[in-house]
Amino acid sequence: MRIKCPLCGDRDSREYTYMGHETYLDRPGDEGWSADWDDYLHLRDNPAGVTRDLWYHGAGCTSWLLVERDTVTHDILRVELARDAKRGRG
Amino acid sequence: MRIEGYGRIDRDTPLNFSFDARNFQGFKGDTLASALLANGVRLMGRSFKYHRPRGVLTAGSEEPNALMEIGQGAARTPNVRATMQEVFAGLEAHSQNRMGPLRHDLLSVNDLLPNFLSAGFYYKTFMWPRAFWEQIYEPVIRRAAGLGSLSGQANPDRYETGFAHCDILVIGSGPTGLMAALTAAEGGADVILAEESAHFGGRLISEAEELDGQPGPDWVAEMLEALHETGRVRLMNRTTVTGAYDGGTYGALERVGLHLPMTPDLPQECFWRIHARQAVLAAGALERPIAFPMNDRPGIMMASAIRSYLHHHGVAAGRKVTLFATNDDAHRTALDLMAAGVEVAGVMDSRTDAQAQGDYPLFAGAQVISTRGRQALREITIRQGGSEQRIETDCLGVSGGWNPTLHLTCHMNGRPVWNEDIAAFVPTEGAVPGLTPAGACNGVYSTSRCLSAGVAAAGAALQAMGAKAPEMEIPEASDSPGKARALWLVEGKGRAWLDFANDVTSKDIKLAAQENFRSVEHMKRYTTQGMAPDQGKNSNIGALALLADATGRAIPETGTTTYRPPFAPVSLAAIGAGGQGKAFAPQRFTTSHEASVARGAPMIEAGLWYRPSYVPRPGEATWREACDREVTMVRTHVGVCDVSTLGKIDIQGPDAAAFLDFVYANMFSTLKVGRVRYGLMLREDGHVMDDGTTARLGETHYVMTTTTAAAGEVMKHLDFVQQCLRPDLNLRTISVTEQWAQFGVVGPRSRELLNTLLDSPIDNDSFPFMACGEVGVAGVAARLFRISFSGEQAYEIAVPARYGDALYRLLVAQAEALGGGAYGMEALNVLRIEKGFITHSEIHGRITAFDIGMDRMISARKMCIGKPAASRAGLQDPMRERLIGLKPVGAVKQLTAGAHLFEEGAAPVAANDLGYVTSVGFSPTMGHFIGLGFLSDGPSRIGDRMKMVDHLRGVETLVEICDPVFHDPEGEKLRG
Repeated sequence: MRIKCPLCGDRDSREYTYMGHETYLDRPGDEGWSADWDDYLHLRDNPAGVTRDLWYHGAGCTSWLLVERDTVTHDILRVELARDAKRGRG
Repeated sequence: MRIEGYGRIDRDTPLNFSFDARNFQGFKGDTLASALLANGVRLMGRSFKYHRPRGVLTAGSEEPNALMEIGQGAARTPNVRATMQEVFAGLEAHSQNRMGPLRHDLLSVNDLLPNFLSAGFYYKTFMWPRAFWEQIYEPVIRRAAGLGSLSGQANPDRYETGFAHCDILVIGSGPTGLMAALTAAEGGADVILAEESAHFGGRLISEAEELDGQPGPDWVAEMLEALHETGRVRLMNRTTVTGAYDGGTYGALERVGLHLPMTPDLPQECFWRIHARQAVLAAGALERPIAFPMNDRPGIMMASAIRSYLHHHGVAAGRKVTLFATNDDAHRTALDLMAAGVEVAGVMDSRTDAQAQGDYPLFAGAQVISTRGRQALREITIRQGGSEQRIETDCLGVSGGWNPTLHLTCHMNGRPVWNEDIAAFVPTEGAVPGLTPAGACNGVYSTSRCLSAGVAAAGAALQAMGAKAPEMEIPEASDSPGKARALWLVEGKGRAWLDFANDVTSKDIKLAAQENFRSVEHMKRYTTQGMAPDQGKNSNIGALALLADATGRAIPETGTTTYRPPFAPVSLAAIGAGGQGKAFAPQRFTTSHEASVARGAPMIEAGLWYRPSYVPRPGEATWREACDREVTMVRTHVGVCDVSTLGKIDIQGPDAAAFLDFVYANMFSTLKVGRVRYGLMLREDGHVMDDGTTARLGETHYVMTTTTAAAGEVMKHLDFVQQCLRPDLNLRTISVTEQWAQFGVVGPRSRELLNTLLDSPIDNDSFPFMACGEVGVAGVAARLFRISFSGEQAYEIAVPARYGDALYRLLVAQAEALGGGAYGMEALNVLRIEKGFITHSEIHGRITAFDIGMDRMISARKMCIGKPAASRAGLQDPMRERLIGLKPVGAVKQLTAGAHLFEEGAAPVAANDLGYVTSVGFSPTMGHFIGLGFLSDGPSRIGDRMKMVDHLRGVETLVEICDPVFHDPEGEKLRG
């Protein structure tokens, strides 16, 4: 598998490590434990189809990437810097 | 038998080799199989189960029978296909899967027991008694079965791996592949042309065909010249593309040195990962056998293989050849042999309307119903209409038609589709994104149409890349795919083999169907059909057709098994090349490495780093003697230890303080410039991630240290927090672990030591505990930190790594002058256990701040990573296993890490388990073993006696639970 890093270009999957769904970008604001926190830490969908998740280009530019891919066809549909995605979400 | 004037071998270069210790001569350009055939050797191996005598069946990588052991001693390689192994001077080959000599294999007695050894025999027979399986059945079966044997020694040969990139990968170099490669290159693409054989050209080397009026091999040579001239084509022969993977990645195995006598400079094989934007599959087709009674004798081979040996190697596979075919194409074998002066005794064509294409005896509508000849074929019996007759022959060529070599199109879940016109499976469209099958592997069987298909496929690949397909001229070539009619099985007396390598017969398939293993996948596993080294390349389709017949279904309804990577066997040595021995993982060395080694210190691994275990002195017989001395030396004088392996992360920016407040549980924005603070880092789930000290060098400049083990993980975490959670903060982080060499100077005389080297001396008031700052050491700008991991007065001094070696030697020399010296990891560990300091032995991932008594460090005044999750009631339950110290108080004085804790009177079983020991060491300071561990409600149990049981090592010790800080609990020494 290959991922096209916005900074480094098309690179082998072994340069990346996987973290999980893009949910991790949306850290709840609650000060104490809450249902939102439970959701954030533990509850994930497991879609057959398009999903968006976070990858770390650890053996490259050390960017965190938001990768949109299809779990059925393994197509990589879109890659952007997680920093930019997070800024877009506020 | 060699035929003069035939073959592309170099008759001026004879090569001597041996097979089963007998010497033979071949020529440059021979394969082991062709050279043996030329020498009249037809018996090349024994079958897997029945130990039947077997000869070579094919001339390619699909060979199921002629599997041999090559080489000697540790370098011996089993299961090498004689059809792929090229002959070189001194080659040593041995037959395998036999007991005793090949001609008199003792286990061929199995051949008399076919009724007992049918499908499922092992499953049904060796069921009971259960204990017999490991001790008796399995060893005996393994001895009797099996395909070659390993040397049992480490492989001394060199292998390599590599990456390659191209625009268009062309797999196979027959007429389709050559045209595709030239089209792609002329269209401006960078091309890799991968060919499995030693020679390019595919079947054109093995046939008497003309292209543009010239012999096939001459046309191939011209094409290679043309490809070379484009300057865009990388020609890779002896390279099998073994797998198709996501994103245009292909695995390929190149046989680099296997065809030559061993040279130290050349690897045996290279495993390539090829990344291609587009690919053209031009893998050709494999001729398929017919299952007829006793079809496995040496001398029975594929009709196309006979042509290969004739045209490619100048070898006649027999003196009196017969053919059994279902199609026009195979008749070429008869014509070619006759042209070479070899007698053709008859062509049996199962089609009643078959036409002779030359002057040979044709038996239309005939089938071979039996064969004779113990060690090699002597005679066949044919049935034509109602009559039977025997024909004397030493070589029978068989052709049941052709199967497209579509294996790679299945590697990403593509299911082949049945094409009734050619009675074969063809690739499903779009099976592998970016891969276009073309030519014979796509079911196109005429040379002329293959040439056009190659041009079209490369044109499509170019267009997919946004390039323009060039105009190509298609060479003139034969356009007669011939007629064919499928024939899968000839019924008759005797066994009809399908899978030669695994000894699966038509009867086994029927038995599987009868016992309700009707799905292809079940049949395959029950009979082992297709599970031998050839992975069913020769037999899967035939077996499927028989299963369809036995279950009353059509072939498309019955389905097919698909093929997984690798296409051909790949040696693990090639896949794992570069990862043997020390190359398994990178080695990281500190700047003091040489000095430590010079002092005789045994170096131990700490992650990827190497650190001294201890630094022995003359007269010390054991590591414990050295360790005890080093601990005492540090407590009473001064010790020096390289601590550069700890992660060092430089953090700068206006928001550096806010960032640290967010990633650490405790506060860092309040830390004064010139001071250091211990920091506790949590994971978002509320458990401890890491700990370390962070120094504030300036208003907007911090240096964080991490544990050696977690340095990479923490760096990744900081990147995550910065980029994914808080991109609003303005700061930058970078790892400087390798840029700074850092040494601990530890003990009551540490300041005295430093003052011999510092440009301006320090004292306790100007540089108190937890101070930091810039200093000059022997004229070099350095950083000094007053921190302690031992409980003693201690400093860490950091210099740019290039000064590390010199500074370490200087520090050790000065320490020795003060009655101290260097110390290693063992002493470092004992010193920190004595002081109750934790490492990743304690913060192993399931531990909370509460568990280690640091919950109050989680600042109430700010948000931080892990704070909400750490507040969960379950993570603050007093009954959780919490940090304690322990010491032995009974007759047994030993403590062991990993042991569990029980009430004194309780049975040491899981239900009574109350805790466990994480770190132990003999404390010379205390005079006994001490340990750290976790115990349910631990802090309330201090002073209690408990039982420590190590079930693995068989140790049971009575212990007293105590405070984890054994040494200087008031902390006077580190402030002194």
